[in-house]
Amino acid sequence: MSNKKEWPLFEIFIRSKNGLEHRHAGSLHAADPTMALENARDVYTRRQEGVSIWVVESKDIHASNPEQAGELFEPAKDKVYRHPTFYELPIELKHI
Amino acid sequence: MDNIENLATRFQERIDAGEKIEPKDWMPEKYRKTHIRQISQHAHSEIVGMLPEGNWITRAPSLKRKLGLLAKVQDEAGHGLYLYSAAETLGISRDEMTQQLLTGKAKYSSIFNYPTLTWADIGAIGWLVDGAAIINQVMLTRTSFGPYARAMVRICKEESFHQRQGYEIMLTLCNGTPEQKEMAQDALNRTWWPALMMFGPRDEDSPNTKQSMAWKIKRKTNDELRQQFVDITVPQAEFLGLKMPDPEIKWNEERGHYDFGAIDWDEFWQVVKGNGPCNKERIAARQKAWDDGQWVRDAALAYSAKKSENEEKSNGIKAQRSEGKIA
Repeated sequence: MSNKKEWPLFEIFIRSKNGLEHRHAGSLHAADPTMALENARDVYTRRQEGVSIWVVESKDIHASNPEQAGELFEPAKDKVYRHPTFYELPIELKHI
Repeated sequence: MDNIENLATRFQERIDAGEKIEPKDWMPEKYRKTHIRQISQHAHSEIVGMLPEGNWITRAPSLKRKLGLLAKVQDEAGHGLYLYSAAETLGISRDEMTQQLLTGKAKYSSIFNYPTLTWADIGAIGWLVDGAAIINQVMLTRTSFGPYARAMVRICKEESFHQRQGYEIMLTLCNGTPEQKEMAQDALNRTWWPALMMFGPRDEDSPNTKQSMAWKIKRKTNDELRQQFVDITVPQAEFLGLKMPDPEIKWNEERGHYDFGAIDWDEFWQVVKGNGPCNKERIAARQKAWDDGQWVRDAALAYSAKKSENEEKSNGIKAQRSEGKIA
């Protein structure tokens, strides 16, 4: 039996264009953050998909539980007053 | 070799080419400092801005109005958070910024140093104060610093309901009893001039404008934005049937803009310097919130420390078990 440790998983975030935010692109295994960056460069930006890369070890990401999606997100559903259309203004009014 | 001048030239070229600057990019120290000042001031304005409006949440005239106002004030807390986070990318901590606000080193928009005396003030704030803020913020979605520009996009999206909420309050009052309309007029009278001052000093009295324009921190000058606001707002007041509290407001065919009267800059500087009607009250409220919240911040940290201590302990037991040291 091998006692070698498996390389940790990293989540990869790519900024596709100057001025935009980094977005999740996928994940890969690497021995350390430097290797993760190098491999992310090779895997995710082969066709100039990015101008900047972030790598984050997957274990450092805490995610919401999909089973709790209802109680987390449904309360916002009936709060129509958070939207501009809830407030009735005549259409002839401009710039508002 | 990359000496400072080369870097500064290259930086200006990037700005001129319309590129966004990101936190890890090289930037002149003054660009960083100006942004820390401006973004934190903007964040403080969102947070202090919750106070005059929060004043009316419990006394809103209907459940509908209460929900709307509550949602708006809640949004402002969120906007403060986006902005503090954007400022933090430049190497200042949240606590430092809070201390700068509490000690008076950092400013916030002077409009929030005026009191909200009647319910109509909530309408006038949404219409005029948020209206003025939107004009400034729409411009800032194209500002050169990436995190600030992106925060602005989010804020502008959320902000669109704030102004409609305010205008609807004004419209309802203006279609109501003569007393209600009078209340709306009074709120307009008191809010108008401070709202115009929100755009800051005249261009000739604003020494930072030139550099801010060159670095695309600002894309329009204070006076340009102010004119834009007047041009949009005067017809909206006419629609309400309200009278502008400035006898000099008149359409100028030649300029294609409304002319308007002189702003009382002495009043502006007095309020900026801390002598407005509510400066002391606002800072006292923020100080109290900071002090009263201390035990909550402490408790959360203590809980977190205890939790990781327990986890370490139980991991230790698991490890010993798997090694057969304990049963």
